[in-house]
Amino acid sequence: MSAHHDAHGAAADHDGGAPHGTRKSYLIGFALSVLLTAVPFAIVMADGIVGPQTAAGICMVFAVVQILVHMVYFLHMNTKSENGWTMMALIFTVIVVVIALTGSLWVMYHMNANMMPGMGDMSGGM
Amino acid sequence: MATTAAGTEAPAFYDLDPHEHPAGGSTMLGFWLYLMSDCLIFAMLFAAWGVYGSAYAGGPTPKELFDLKLVAVNTAMLLFSSLTYGLAMIASDEDRRGATLGWLAATAVFGAAFLGIELYEFSHLLHEGAGPQRSAFLSSFFTLVGTHGLHVTFGLVWLAVLMVQVARGGLIPANVRRLQCLSLFWHFLDVIWIGVFTFVYLLGVLR
Repeated sequence: MSAHHDAHGAAADHDGGAPHGTRKSYLIGFALSVLLTAVPFAIVMADGIVGPQTAAGICMVFAVVQILVHMVYFLHMNTKSENGWTMMALIFTVIVVVIALTGSLWVMYHMNANMMPGMGDMSGGM
Repeated sequence: MATTAAGTEAPAFYDLDPHEHPAGGSTMLGFWLYLMSDCLIFAMLFAAWGVYGSAYAGGPTPKELFDLKLVAVNTAMLLFSSLTYGLAMIASDEDRRGATLGWLAATAVFGAAFLGIELYEFSHLLHEGAGPQRSAFLSSFFTLVGTHGLHVTFGLVWLAVLMVQVARGGLIPANVRRLQCLSLFWHFLDVIWIGVFTFVYLLGVLR
């Protein structure tokens, strides 16, 4: 019984604990984050290097990449920790977030576009 | 006939008693689930920002209000604090209490700097008459960024309490577990901030 318990405890200690990084992985993550933050700020602050549409696109792509970098290098996400349940919870959350965000924007955009003329659109003056 | 058939089958045993799990074995998964629910709160606030973000009601626009240099400095503070927290976790892995406390203190300094800059920005906006009551754009701005700031505030309180606990009790398993939870919380707040500086500040100024 005690042998079983010890083995169980050791196993839990080994892979049950949160995975952690090394100095190198934190520094790689940090360097990538600095780059992925600095470029969008530089593009927007330079004002006019690229068109606003392109700049917005670059900002969003860099944000997504930086979120992934943080997930991997700082939050140590992988498919194995807690038998994959952290990843399952993350995937579920991402799905709900995408539905909520796209749904809100889509519905409200159409509400706005279908407002009666003369009532003023939401970006108009009151 | 029936008895022989039953006799050839291997008996199956089901262990209905709960296993003995080490204390706190499920804490990290539970805390992760909490963070995911927190993520949903922020998703709703981002959705509100997406809908109201351009409803200026004839008031000031992001381009007139936001100072990107200040936001860049703020972003750097939070990023530095993420790095120092990571180094604190490595020091705790190596069982070096002094180094852990040192890196935690550095994290607290960067976190406090972030909060100070954000409060300065808020007071500046309020001073210019661009408070949350001015327009739907500013209401959603203050709600989203303020909620993030409140999270950082509570993270700092938690950090201070943990530093006392580590200083008193050392790097015992319970304290290491608490450090791991705060690690997730702190890095999670940095992830949310990526969304804030991109969608609120950068895209707001571009609009």
